[in-house]
Amino acid sequence: MDSSRRSVLKFFGLTALGLAAKPVFNAFAGEHGKSAMHFEKGAEALKAKQWAMVIDTRKFESPDELEPIIEACNKAHNIPRFENKNHEIKWIWETEYHNAFPQMPNRFLSEEAEQRPYLVLCNHCENPPCCRACPTQATFKRESDGIVIMDFHRCIGCRFCMAACPFGSRSFNFRDPRPFIPELNHDYPTRMKGVVEKCNFCAERLAKGLEPACVEASGGAIVFGDLYDPESEVRKLLRENYTIRRKQSLGTEPCVYYIV
Amino acid sequence: MLELAVKGDKKYWAWIVALLAVIGGAFLLYLWQLKFGLGITGMSRDVSWGFYIANFTYLVGVAAGGVMVVLPYYLHDYKAYGRITVLGEFLAIGAIVMCLLFIIVDLGQPMRILNVWLYPTPHSVLFWDTIVLNGYLFLNLVVGWNVLEAERNNVHYQSWLKPFIYISIPWAVSIHTVTAYLYCGLPGRGFWLTAILAPRFLASAFAAGPALLILLCLFVRKISSFDPGREQIQALAKTVAYAICVNVFFFLCEVFVAFYSNIPEHMDHLKYLFAGLHGHGLLVPWMWASLLLMVVGIIMTVNPATRKNETTLAWACVVIIVGTWIDKGLGMISGGFVPNPLHEINEYAPTLPEIGITIGVYAAGALVLTILYKIAVGVKEEVRA
Ligand code: SF4
Ligand code: SF4
Ligand code: SF4
Repeated sequence: MDSSRRSVLKFFGLTALGLAAKPVFNAFAGEHGKSAMHFEKGAEALKAKQWAMVIDTRKFESPDELEPIIEACNKAHNIPRFENKNHEIKWIWETEYHNAFPQMPNRFLSEEAEQRPYLVLCNHCENPPCCRACPTQATFKRESDGIVIMDFHRCIGCRFCMAACPFGSRSFNFRDPRPFIPELNHDYPTRMKGVVEKCNFCAERLAKGLEPACVEASGGAIVFGDLYDPESEVRKLLRENYTIRRKQSLGTEPCVYYIV
Repeated sequence: MLELAVKGDKKYWAWIVALLAVIGGAFLLYLWQLKFGLGITGMSRDVSWGFYIANFTYLVGVAAGGVMVVLPYYLHDYKAYGRITVLGEFLAIGAIVMCLLFIIVDLGQPMRILNVWLYPTPHSVLFWDTIVLNGYLFLNLVVGWNVLEAERNNVHYQSWLKPFIYISIPWAVSIHTVTAYLYCGLPGRGFWLTAILAPRFLASAFAAGPALLILLCLFVRKISSFDPGREQIQALAKTVAYAICVNVFFFLCEVFVAFYSNIPEHMDHLKYLFAGLHGHGLLVPWMWASLLLMVVGIIMTVNPATRKNETTLAWACVVIIVGTWIDKGLGMISGGFVPNPLHEINEYAPTLPEIGITIGVYAAGALVLTILYKIAVGVKEEVRA
């Protein structure tokens, strides 16, 4: 049985259990751990209070260098490739400085910094407007490590979260993505049409004690760690370098930092 | 009273059959959308809400507009409106039915819609929106139906209805306020991020809703022996005149704030809509047309000569309905999504199947409205006979 079918069955089983055991009106249902997208955490799992990422943009000169990083994510998460731009699914992608930081469009910027390619992805905001907007809690901030995660089986596809995200981090499955996945990875579920998805900070890899796929493929240019552990490598980089975040003024507290 | 709905002449049945045919055709398109996914629409990663949600927003306004007859009648004891309150309430019912259908056709996974109530989420505005909309539908059904029935039996309506009637008045305001909050509470969407969005929505609602009601009244007078009344229509026309003025005024306030403050994030959406941005300007002619229509609507409803003449008044209503529809239905939603959060421009235009499904939803609303109006007018004719 393939993994997506297994998780569907698991989902139905747990839903039935949940419905029987829980009163319907538990308005602040906070415990999402039992949903289908939960990957069992083993003893080797990496843990943090709030995962965060530091991207050293100085280490990238041309878009070609970002290609393998983006590919690593696409492969790990069964991202489809569509001809029609309207249907596009992106978890992590390359963009230009003024698109990544539209509120910091400094004029006469150092040419080198302006021409660098920039990686953008979900910021796993500490104060995520997408989770605030979602009417079903299908997208939620995981208490245990601050990852903003999706339950693909609960999402009704209303796309309120997409309107709410100020970073354009979310994609919607406008059609069945399965026929368009170049190379199927059986360790990660595929999605059905009609649901939203985005970067999950590789929750499935962290559970197995692995770093995110993009971090692994970056050759040290991207660093991942606990934002609230003063000894973490992320904190060390933040201490030693001047960093910026996307649209800080909106107060969402993005957890992806950029060294420029 | 339902029996009144099946006692119609040939024209009535032809209209019903025509509506059913349109609904049937649109349903086939919807089945296609269910099978393929929302990819048959023009929506994209950047413009993730389109025609469906835009029309939904517009119709919430029409529904809220019904309160403009309920309020003067019940709160100010403006007796003249007694004849037509039920028409306002039934218009609201038809509009809400369409709103709910638009939400359903917009969902990627409509079979899961009950998740909204299985996992009630008070911090989501959409959760509240489903509550206020369904509540408003319920209130109007209960009040409209029972008051009409009482009228038919020549008795005063039951006293337990009073609280429902009073609640329905602020409730009407709430449906459009909550719908505006869907948009104006989102960080990083400069076009919507304005405290005046809810008042602006209400202003356009109180113009468009009563304007449609005037047209319906004129139509009812034409095809039946029940006359909604000249005084009533004129009173509604004044409401329309005030509301459309306020709507345009609010819009100008927006323009002032955006351009005098000179903050790009707020200006860019307006620039995109009215002048085009970086060579993209799909909506420019529409937006100017909308503004022009609303100004013409103001002139025609404020000027007593054209307001008092029912033929020119009818045209004024058409002009206002079209103008506000473009403003809210085309500009408001697309305008908020273009440019996108990364300041890229990806424009949106609805596709043919998307328009077809939209027409089908309107036909469904028209069907509900036809049946309800048939009953209401039937009762009125009976009582006056
Ligand atoms: S970047 Fe967007 S999707 Fe990611 S957590 Fe923040 S608001 Fe949500
Ligand atoms: S599309 Fe899914 S995840 Fe997004 S707000 Fe709607 S239900 Fe929540
Ligand atoms: S953290 Fe994982 S899911 Fe997110 S962009 Fe990197 S590889 Fe993709």
